[in-house]
Amino acid sequence: MALLQISEPGMSTAPHQRRLAVGIDFGTTNSLVATVRNSIPELLNDEEGRALLPSVVRYLPDGGARIGHKALANQTVDPKNTIASVKRFLGRGLKDIAHAENLPYVFQDAPGMVQIKTAAGVKSPVEIATEILATLRQRAEDALGDDLVGAVITVPAYFDDAQRQATKDAARLAGLNVLRLLNEPTAAAIAYGLDHGSQGVYAVYDLGGGTFDISILKLTKGVFEVLATGGDSALGGDDFDHRLFCWIIEQAALAPLSEEDASLLMAKAREAKELLSVRAETAIDAMLKSGEQVHLTLSAAEFAEMTRHLVAKTVAASRKALRDAGLAPDEIDGVVMVGGATRMPHVRRAIGEFFGSTPLTNIDPDKVVALGAAIQANLLAGNRAAGDDWLLLDVIPLSLGIETMGGLVEKVIPRNSTIPCARAQEFTTFKDGQSAMAIHVLQGERELVADCRSLARFELRGIPPMAAGAARIRVTYQVDADGLLAVSARELRSGVEASIEVKPSYGLSDDDIARMLKDSFGAADLDKQQRALREEQVEAERLLQATASALAADADLLAADERGTVDALLQAVRDAAAGSDARAIKAAVDALAAGTEEFAARRMDRSVRAALSGRKLDELA
Amino acid sequence: MMQNHFQLFNLPQRFALGAAALDAAYHEVQNQTHPDRFAHAGAAEKRVAMQWATRANEAYQTLKNPLSRAAYLCELNGVDLQTESNTAMPGAFLMQQMEWREAFDDALAAGDAAALERLERAIRGARRDEEAATGALLDNGDFDAAAQGVRRLMFLDKFGRDVAAAFERLADQE
Repeated sequence: MALLQISEPGMSTAPHQRRLAVGIDFGTTNSLVATVRNSIPELLNDEEGRALLPSVVRYLPDGGARIGHKALANQTVDPKNTIASVKRFLGRGLKDIAHAENLPYVFQDAPGMVQIKTAAGVKSPVEIATEILATLRQRAEDALGDDLVGAVITVPAYFDDAQRQATKDAARLAGLNVLRLLNEPTAAAIAYGLDHGSQGVYAVYDLGGGTFDISILKLTKGVFEVLATGGDSALGGDDFDHRLFCWIIEQAALAPLSEEDASLLMAKAREAKELLSVRAETAIDAMLKSGEQVHLTLSAAEFAEMTRHLVAKTVAASRKALRDAGLAPDEIDGVVMVGGATRMPHVRRAIGEFFGSTPLTNIDPDKVVALGAAIQANLLAGNRAAGDDWLLLDVIPLSLGIETMGGLVEKVIPRNSTIPCARAQEFTTFKDGQSAMAIHVLQGERELVADCRSLARFELRGIPPMAAGAARIRVTYQVDADGLLAVSARELRSGVEASIEVKPSYGLSDDDIARMLKDSFGAADLDKQQRALREEQVEAERLLQATASALAADADLLAADERGTVDALLQAVRDAAAGSDARAIKAAVDALAAGTEEFAARRMDRSVRAALSGRKLDELA
Repeated sequence: MMQNHFQLFNLPQRFALGAAALDAAYHEVQNQTHPDRFAHAGAAEKRVAMQWATRANEAYQTLKNPLSRAAYLCELNGVDLQTESNTAMPGAFLMQQMEWREAFDDALAAGDAAALERLERAIRGARRDEEAATGALLDNGDFDAAAQGVRRLMFLDKFGRDVAAAFERLADQE
């Protein structure tokens, strides 16, 4: 139950006021939310004291939705409308989804992501994910009694740009301010590193419900540096279930299954898999709606054998990541196991053999990612004292490239580049007066366009008329700290910023998001409008305070007239914030941000120089 | 921010560079500029942070790798490595490359991992020697001669990568 609020949230000027931030592990099978309270990271439970929220959404004919345990309970009864493992569909097209024909959902391939037809209408995976994230947000706000400043959302390290963007979109639609998209193995390393005060080189082997990541990290005092990352964003515990499911059908010689019977058997397969993690043998019994019966026994050894190829895939990915990091298996100080699927004994054995050491499993593999995300969220929200913080240097998992002649891909940013990173390329025109250019950006390691993920097609327009070959168009690819790509272009001769129209190959355009936000808030929903206004006021107050303290520290960096301009912009924000026009406040805030960018740059320069001049020059090791 | 990579890290502009000093400077710059430090700050700070952190990553990668560091120093001193003139390589160097190429082709055809390993070691040794020699030339101000060393290092680097790739292919087949 929310606590009665005595003061306006966020309006307190006390500098020691803790900013409420959470970490969210949005998993294929289960999702969790955690926060740091009294310096301790802890999971936030639901009303029944459960930390795990099944990542399942059931849609009803009246347009409503059930989320979590309530939805899961009806999965075998209403499989078509009970969507599980939606994480596997984010940023994906129909052809990307393995065994789609075995899933009970009615898929619709669309130019954006695949869509699912439900009793409540056609849903995008982003909308479905939003329901889950919104539930966690509500849980957090209820438990903490106040609005959240932001959240860190974890994603598989091996998620590509389309999958990341979809995740971020879902979080935005759920009303969350995304402080950072954090890679799951890195989150686990944070929880582990700080918990155990570890230093050294570690491998994080993260096998979840639907995704597999292997990350090699170097932990030194205060710095987490990802050396390399690899994996498979379509390989997880679900695939082990599926293999067992196929075995059951074979062994029991069943006729083609109805959706309900398929759903029932999948649940049995999952149950058997989990039991075989603690028993040498288990029985699989089921009464199907078709009248057929299943009575089988399965040993842990047989299960290990039938899923050996899946484990081998993870070992191959681990080998590749080690090579990318330039290390041998025995140079790893420890292997951390993350994800419920790592409970399978034959997985632990195989990884132990490969790395030559017993995998570390003392942290609960289901919870460690959410806890790590909460720790990072606490840092990013600004709750830690300077000097009491750490540095996280992560990498982009897959190379970025552009399409060149003949359907080939030329790599522009190589995989495992530390982010944020950028690369510029120069192009020219090949026809007199050519005013536009098309660029196709892809992600992946293969050489052919057909084998890589298409991220976006850019049309550079507005190139000034020139002779063929005279134009110098610089295209800059920037990958930010979330691992997301942004592209800008400029014609160097004329200085014209060529306008870019981004057609994301997978994902929602800004217009789609705006529409969905409007739909969800509803025209007549006064409560939501009030909330939006308050959010803008809080943001304005934050920026006013931040600018004030920046001026208090470094006002000498501004000339008198520059200071005058900034003061005027500050006043404009104060005036707008006193009113009730959310859009006007945002406009004033944006103007202040733009008007203080040069100031921010000078402050950055000063702080870097100060930090570096504090070191001795002759520190030759 | 019109500094070169050495200026950015407040390090002396020369080839001889302590790894620890470079790492420390890089971490220090990232400490001040990484976007995570500004996750709750305004849009202006965020933009500036991303530019600086990106720059720091680029500078670090360039200076950390001996080949790119050497090439960068040549550039800073006005020597264009792409010039068509002066691409002649010493005869002895070319002979060595040809011998190694033959050994490489033989090892590949025979699937001989041990032979590839020996080749890898030989190339690594040659690279170390060339790096040391080129480094000395750079720090003595002889940039034209150093540029030739850089071109030889580029050869060795490419060959080393071909051998590593072949090694990977063999390992995957096991």
